[in-house]
Amino acid sequence: MKGYIFEHPILKFSRGKKVKFYFEDKELEGYEGQPIAAALHAAGIRVLRYSERYNRPRGFFCAVGKCSSCLMEVDGRPNVMVCMEPLKQGMRVYRQKGRGRLR
Amino acid sequence: MIQTDICVIGGGPAGLQAAIVARELGARVLIIDDNPVLGGQLIKQTHKFFGSKKHYCGIRGIDIARILSHKVEEMAVETINPATVIGYYDDDSIGVLKHDSLFNVKAKRYIFATGATENMLTFENSDLPGVYGAGAVQTLMNVYGVIPGKKALVIGSGNIGLIVPYQLLQAGVEVAGIVEILDRVGGYYVHAAKIKRAGVPVYLSHTIIEAQGKETVESAFITRVDENFKPIKGTEKRIECDMILIAIGLSPLCDLLYQAGCQIQYIPELGGNVPVHNEDMMTSRPHIFVCGDLASIEEASTAMLEGRIAGASAFQTISGENSNAQAVIKDAKSELSIIRKSPFEQRIISGKKKFKKG
Ligand SMILES: Cc1cc2nc3c(=O)[nH]c(=O)nc-3n(C[C@H](O)[C@H](O)[C@H](O)COP(=O)(O)OP(=O)(O)OC[C@H]3O[C@@H](n4cnc5c(N)ncnc54)[C@H](O)[C@@H]3O)c2cc1C
Ligand code: FES
Repeated sequence: MKGYIFEHPILKFSRGKKVKFYFEDKELEGYEGQPIAAALHAAGIRVLRYSERYNRPRGFFCAVGKCSSCLMEVDGRPNVMVCMEPLKQGMRVYRQKGRGRLR
Repeated sequence: MIQTDICVIGGGPAGLQAAIVARELGARVLIIDDNPVLGGQLIKQTHKFFGSKKHYCGIRGIDIARILSHKVEEMAVETINPATVIGYYDDDSIGVLKHDSLFNVKAKRYIFATGATENMLTFENSDLPGVYGAGAVQTLMNVYGVIPGKKALVIGSGNIGLIVPYQLLQAGVEVAGIVEILDRVGGYYVHAAKIKRAGVPVYLSHTIIEAQGKETVESAFITRVDENFKPIKGTEKRIECDMILIAIGLSPLCDLLYQAGCQIQYIPELGGNVPVHNEDMMTSRPHIFVCGDLASIEEASTAMLEGRIAGASAFQTISGENSNAQAVIKDAKSELSIIRKSPFEQRIISGKKKFKKG
């Protein structure tokens, strides 16, 4: 798969099985159990949401669940921290606009 | 409600050592950490660590994490992870969120070892996707094996700002340069030498003034600064990059301690707002202890030693005086004083002296 490191001088990566998920209704592939943000980033998607007041694009910042920069709508729920939320088969992920909405 | 003797919040090097010591001494111990694997910062450190021989100097961070978490498992320390501690309540219990379930834990003693969070820097368009914490990129690349981008510009030349670009190169990512506002590199010489050898440009007396890009970072503007750190007009330089990594320092994660009513004091030498604590790592509330980066932004080696002190002191406040616990404390304190003799550690010593008494 593109976007991943397979050969590294020091590290070996153990990854979950390949799964399909949807970003803005487009089918993508990722590894089960990795954070959703990691799967998106590997697929070249860096804009995760748009800010509430000025509609500015936002990506992740801390990647460890501390800054709330990465909130997205996942399976109908807004405000999911995608840098921490594990990817599952069939998940539907949308960019969140402002506070998002329940789908 | 889950009950235990000692609850350790945060499973980095500090928390793991605290848990190991308290368990060894005979307490029932529970660790709560918000990551799927224990080890905190260590799980993304591929370089060999400095520090004391007895405490894993010369071993890679990732391997120290493995050794410590294996020990925790062997000793039957209970662990709940991934789970986040989200609150400290009036009845001295804590709220724990694991997936979608919320429950309470009540312990006789708490040891907080939540570590630190990366500082943000403001400049024009600093909210653009592609402006990331240096540690965040490290997580993406070293823990999850994702290629973080094509070309990175790093802001800050402390140890993190020197190590992360080196790791980027190892992962096959280009590094456009390191920008440092001071007139000298902040981190250790060994790390700086590696970067130099790799041919990465280091822009001393420079700062970033702007990120540019439509939806994500496409380039950055840096500029030279004068002796008052003010940008010098006409020295702006455009650098092409798709990532800007902020490595300007960390701040202790003490939100839960505010909630618990622990006294907090602003001490810049220790990293900003830190929980007031004594030599035995006890806070202003005698059943709450702290250790590691939460107590002062320092290193894994000192975090582990502080963890050992916190574990043994917390145990003693339950069991009464105990010669084994005292031996652990004495040993750890003497090693700490050796490490803190280094010139890099002088600020920690002077910072720790600043706590208000009483
Ligand atoms: C790039 C880099 C290089 C470094 N190199 C060295 C080196 O060579 N030598 C050295 O000695 N040190 C080094 N360090 C420093 C060292 O990694 C840290 O000082 C050390 O990890 C601090 O340990 P800690 O246990 O206090 O915190 P951490 O390792 O940060 O662990 C804290 C843990 O608590 C968890 N947590 C936080 N809040 C909660 C909550 N509310 N609920 C549940 N869990 C929570 C966190 O997710 C984390 O797992 C380096 C650091 C970095 C970033
Ligand atoms: S990127 Fe900071 S919380 Fe997700």
